[in-house]
Amino acid sequence: MSADELAAAVEAAVPGALEAHSDAADMPTLTVRRESLLDVCRHLRDALGRNFLSAVSAVDYLGYGEEVAGYFGTERGRDINRTGSWGSAETPEPMPHRFAVYYHLAHIDMTETAPPDRVRLRVWLDEGESVPSVVEIWPTADWHEREQYDLMGIEFSGHPNLKRLIMPSDWDGHPLRKDYPIGGEPVQFTDAI
Amino acid sequence: MSTTENPTSTPVRPLWQSASLPPGAPSNVQPPEGQDLITINFGPNHPSTHGVLRLIVTLDGEVVVGLDADIGYVHTGFEKNFEQKTYWKGIPYAPRMDYVAFFANELAYVHAVERLIEIDVPERARWIRTLFAELNRIHSHLIYLGTSGVELGAISLFFYCLRERDKVLDLFEMVTGVRMHDRYPQFGGVAEDLPKGFYAEARKFCDDMPRRIDEYIDLVAGNSIWIDRYQGIGCITPEMAIAMGLSGPNLRACGVPYDIRRATPYLVYDQLEFDVVTADKGDAYDRLMCRVKEMYESVKLIEQCLDSMPGGPVMSDDRKYVLPPRSELQTSMESLIHHFKLVTEGFRPPAGQLYEAIESPRGEFGCFLVSDGGPKPWRIHFRAPSFVSLQVTAMMSERRYIADLIAVVGSLDGVMGEADR
Repeated sequence: MSADELAAAVEAAVPGALEAHSDAADMPTLTVRRESLLDVCRHLRDALGRNFLSAVSAVDYLGYGEEVAGYFGTERGRDINRTGSWGSAETPEPMPHRFAVYYHLAHIDMTETAPPDRVRLRVWLDEGESVPSVVEIWPTADWHEREQYDLMGIEFSGHPNLKRLIMPSDWDGHPLRKDYPIGGEPVQFTDAI
Repeated sequence: MSTTENPTSTPVRPLWQSASLPPGAPSNVQPPEGQDLITINFGPNHPSTHGVLRLIVTLDGEVVVGLDADIGYVHTGFEKNFEQKTYWKGIPYAPRMDYVAFFANELAYVHAVERLIEIDVPERARWIRTLFAELNRIHSHLIYLGTSGVELGAISLFFYCLRERDKVLDLFEMVTGVRMHDRYPQFGGVAEDLPKGFYAEARKFCDDMPRRIDEYIDLVAGNSIWIDRYQGIGCITPEMAIAMGLSGPNLRACGVPYDIRRATPYLVYDQLEFDVVTADKGDAYDRLMCRVKEMYESVKLIEQCLDSMPGGPVMSDDRKYVLPPRSELQTSMESLIHHFKLVTEGFRPPAGQLYEAIESPRGEFGCFLVSDGGPKPWRIHFRAPSFVSLQVTAMMSERRYIADLIAVVGSLDGVMGEADR
């Protein structure tokens, strides 16, 4: 199913739910408004058969399309003499919001091996905003959302047990954010000696 | 093999029978209040937790009434590390996540990047990758079979499994130079061609292996320890398994014939004959037997690879992405420049994002890659099947004996390195 057909099917059931849709190289991508996410997900699961949630991935786009971390240069080009200068092949379009949460859905047939008809949902949000939890639709989202909450600091409203999963429960900050420093972190567990 | 139903096989929790869930987090069971209960720490260092998995178990006598899993003890920040490395330098990181299915992990990463840069992989390299992916599947299932035996108190199967595992690793060593974590698949192909004598050794392995699997089945299928401890334990319905995101053998054990090798064939799986092994009860015993029988299929696949492997190059000749051969560095200025640029700066794929999933021995292993057009990944996220499958531990072991909890954790085949990343 192409992105156009999919978007038409979703729009028919939940009008105004989509911000954009496109056919990416691997699967159609639908950009969903945050407030319609649960309705869209429910429709995708019940009417369009996307019964399998592969993964929930959050991406921090802080600095995306701007001066890339490690890019040093002038208008005339990259300063290749400066240490750590990397550069990009092209400057990508800046993203409209800082965070995106991606949901990768698939259809799994109960009786035969069929192509999974994958589809990707994207939800935009900014710092301090939250995205509705899809645990009630796909219970597997429980740990996926806790992981993204833990490592990326995305709030999933309505999650029944939103607490840190991977980092220690008293950890400061969210390590996968782009503004989380690399190196120079305080040494942990020194008081245990 | 006994076909009598284990009396404890009737599911207790209604959520196993339907995909509807009671309120609360599906991956932890809240203990009831006001009773005389004991809460214990199970792990993180416990031989049956396959690494460092900590379970906070509330017991009523010997019966599990509450369970919360605590993971993250071997969290190493792989995803953050990938963001700091050029694409090339990420390859050695990938196999260290799931150190048992190492080849599958690096394959997923390499596939995702190859798709992003749209590089053509030579035919022979794809066949070689398929061969090693299946060898690695046998390796992973052998470890699973052996360790699940140890958990039930049967130590000798572990030694038999490790004996065959060593032969698999010998084959890896012969080709890649190391036994694990080989960095063998690279963008555009594989690092080197198969060495002399590999075919003979691999054939010997393929002739030997089916007999060994027969032996395992003899040891397991009629063994009352396995039947009593595994049959009817950790049941899950196909609907619930899909809702909980199970994949791979864990899902096929419920009767759902979902296998990415067949559903969206990658590498050369569309040219090979194999069966998708399924079972129907979805209990721990079926999960075990699914994996054991999958080893037969893997042997069949390896034999077909050996039979019909085409000749030709094993590495693409697109020098913008592929390291030039060592020999050219002495004679060709262009090769030296390409080598220098690739090693110091890496290459720059177009901006975009993609999700690439392969069938790892544990299930759907996915690699979500976001590129900003720079030489390092902007974000990389791995969909780890162990991470997903460990979630069902709580619902599978609720109102069961604590001994069954050990069987459940073992039968799900979680590798903590992959779950924590």
